[in-house]
Amino acid sequence: MLPTLFELSRSGKRAVKFPKAAMHSSAKIPAKLLRRQNPSLPELTELDVVRHFTLASQMNYSVDTQFYPLGSCTMKYNPKANFHWALHPAFAGAHPLWPSWAVQGTLESLAGLEEGLAAITGMDAVTLAPAAGAHAELVGILVAGAFYQDKGQAAKRRKIIIPDSAHGTNPASAALGGFEVVTIKSTARGRIDVLQLKKVLDDTTAMVMITVPNTLGLFEDDVLEVSRLAHNAGAQMYMDGANMNALMGIVKPASLGFDMMHINLHKTFSVPHGGGGPGAGVLLVRRHLEEYLPVPRLIRRPANQNGELSILDAHPKSIGRIRAFHGSTGNLLWAASYLALLGRDGVFQASRDAIVNANYLRRLLQDAGLTPYSDEPCMHEAVFTIDPKKLNGVRTLDIAKRLLDFGFYAPTVYFPLIVPEAMMVEPTETESPETLEQFANAVKTILSEAASDPQKVKDAPHALPVRRLDDVLAARNPVVTYQVS
Amino acid sequence: MIDTKSLKYAKSHEWARLEGNVCTVGITDFAQKEIRDIVYLELPKIGKEVRQGAAAGAIESVKAAFELYAPVSGTVTAINEKAAQDVTVVHRDPLGNGWLFKIECSNAAEINNLLDDAAYNEWTAQGGH
Repeated sequence: MLPTLFELSRSGKRAVKFPKAAMHSSAKIPAKLLRRQNPSLPELTELDVVRHFTLASQMNYSVDTQFYPLGSCTMKYNPKANFHWALHPAFAGAHPLWPSWAVQGTLESLAGLEEGLAAITGMDAVTLAPAAGAHAELVGILVAGAFYQDKGQAAKRRKIIIPDSAHGTNPASAALGGFEVVTIKSTARGRIDVLQLKKVLDDTTAMVMITVPNTLGLFEDDVLEVSRLAHNAGAQMYMDGANMNALMGIVKPASLGFDMMHINLHKTFSVPHGGGGPGAGVLLVRRHLEEYLPVPRLIRRPANQNGELSILDAHPKSIGRIRAFHGSTGNLLWAASYLALLGRDGVFQASRDAIVNANYLRRLLQDAGLTPYSDEPCMHEAVFTIDPKKLNGVRTLDIAKRLLDFGFYAPTVYFPLIVPEAMMVEPTETESPETLEQFANAVKTILSEAASDPQKVKDAPHALPVRRLDDVLAARNPVVTYQVS
Repeated sequence: MIDTKSLKYAKSHEWARLEGNVCTVGITDFAQKEIRDIVYLELPKIGKEVRQGAAAGAIESVKAAFELYAPVSGTVTAINEKAAQDVTVVHRDPLGNGWLFKIECSNAAEINNLLDDAAYNEWTAQGGH
């Protein structure tokens, strides 16, 4: 492990010598508010700091260095051309308070993103403002709430129906939006149970919220029937677009009957995950929900009034403002660049290759000894289940930890919740067959270790800066501040 | 030892013991094993009105967060503060000191909607999902 900056600190070390202030500002501050002691900040030379952060960055694991097979997260490569455009000074130097005439280039790029996403999904209107996928879910739920308020049905429609395979954010967003969550179980084929849906669907239902393809990596083949039933009951159909990487150029969610959906730009549209700031989710709706979307919105003036883009700050039926300014513009520009560079054929190829890669990896892992949850071919990701009784007590968690020793990031484990000892892999379209084969070989080796030397797998990782962490202790007694000694 | 035959069970894996008009609620041994290490208990507030089969609280384990359903309708009259402070008691003694809350029943006959010991064992033998 690296020593912390506090441990490296030596009294009197400096990187920069500040000139003595001509006027001491504390003269105007009441004495009782002044510090009595200097803060205990680390004292270091510039080289100490540079080496510390460079060494720390070399311990990083990222998609730029190795394979990141996290299922449901779409950890695709982030093409550097998009980085170049998003950080171009003409974009990066703009201030959000500049008038719209001064940022027509930025607004044109954002409008291009809106148009591209609308074309891919078949939706009619877009808000780029939400800060993440889960935020877009909440905004969608508030938009549906405003729609029913307007139609005089808000008091009646209190229920949102969500399958038990959903991402945890779906019920959380519904509850935060003030709705009652009704969970329906999946069938043995891992699909929505239409018979059960019919039992709970009625005129108190505001929305049916589903993920396509679902979290098992399977297409919801009854989705048209589900949409028909929901619409007959007067409910809205919401699609969690977390898995949109399987659908681009193949099927438009609007054609499946969805009234609204969100897209996680950091998944499907290659914006880096994390990145140290707010992310970007996009909410897309059909025409009947457009007037309830949050502000600000991009509006294009007619051609006879120069066709410029402007920002609409208020609308009588809008749910209002959901965050500052126009959204995470840097992320949005990244996605706009990705979309512009891929084009119509490129997005189709991305989704097609993601599906081909997932099925190749599914087959490789099956041959390596894992059991796929479903017998059917998958979409963009595959889910496996293991039986610890047949592996000398080795659990999915142990396999995931042992994979770290082989230089791979661990796949998603124990999700979806409906699969016992679940392991979920999503290779995305950007991984080569060779990488997928190396990963499958590592899994095969680990499964043979489980037979010959199970303790080795249970004690993993062995080759990392830290060994197996006690996640139970950390969750029960979290210590979240560094103790300065 | 708790006589498991004196308990009734919900399919969502809560047990219920009716004494007079007061029902004590906890999670079953099967459930505490299945969800693995519990890290946090969100118990209902005393005085909360609960409905049979509706969420009354939540359990968070290293695996996931789970709803805690009320096995009968009524008003919450007591919660197990000790279990909230040291969740490991739910693993050590799920049917005894690991009880979670008590409900003053609004309709004690509702308890007959629950499974008995034999039926619950059959339910868990099938996987309990």
